[in-house]
Amino acid sequence: MLFGILVNEGPYQHQASDSAYLFAQAAIEEGHTIFRVFFYHDGVNNGTRLATPPQDDRHIPNRWSELAEKHNIDLVLCVAAAQRRGMVDPDEMKRNKKDADNIASKFRISGLGQLIEAGVQADRLITFGD
Amino acid sequence: MEEELEGGVVKKFLYVNRRAPHGTIYAHEALEVVLIGAAFDQDVSLAFIDDGVFQLKKEQDTADIYTKNFSKIYSALEMYDVEKLYVEKESLESRGLTEDDLSVDVKIINSKEMKKLIIDSEVIFNF
Repeated sequence: MLFGILVNEGPYQHQASDSAYLFAQAAIEEGHTIFRVFFYHDGVNNGTRLATPPQDDRHIPNRWSELAEKHNIDLVLCVAAAQRRGMVDPDEMKRNKKDADNIASKFRISGLGQLIEAGVQADRLITFGD
Repeated sequence: MEEELEGGVVKKFLYVNRRAPHGTIYAHEALEVVLIGAAFDQDVSLAFIDDGVFQLKKEQDTADIYTKNFSKIYSALEMYDVEKLYVEKESLESRGLTEDDLSVDVKIINSKEMKKLIIDSEVIFNF
């Protein structure tokens, strides 16, 4: 089955990102395919490469990057939500004249159309959040 | 983005709005999804349940909390061909609201009909 995943909450504050990650991992193990993981609302904060959690805790952004690297998963941060919350990739850095970017490996920033497309193309779109 | 899609796929999209318009950003950002989604020629419905019914309340004024008053966008949805707005009767009543308190034309349905609407939908966004 082709799954789309929507993550609506930030890392650590809320379990949504953890559950989405575990779901994606389990789905892949069962032979399913992840069409895209779309991060919206505070969910865009999952894409920061500047997070430094304690060493005995899971590293949520890195875990997503590694999963995407291993299974070629499309990780997309909503551009409007990202701009509000200061999530920046090199293109956004140039466009908005910022002095840095902070996006983690394998994440990209794009529009809400990518979420709608996931809804249309995937067999199931699963939302993680309240 | 439309051209990226395979031609002719039309799904029943349902946006379920459950939260008050202010206090959190969910309602505001939900509306942004609806507006972008309107360009995709899908079969779109909006449902308002629980505190979500306050999103449609007339005469909202956010000046004193310094947030954007996006309530006028609901009445503009018609121009985006988003015309199916459903409000749950029980949610309205338990909050002391009537249809006259709402800023847009909606269809008021009971919780049983709301359940059917949700079951019959294919892509559900829950905000």
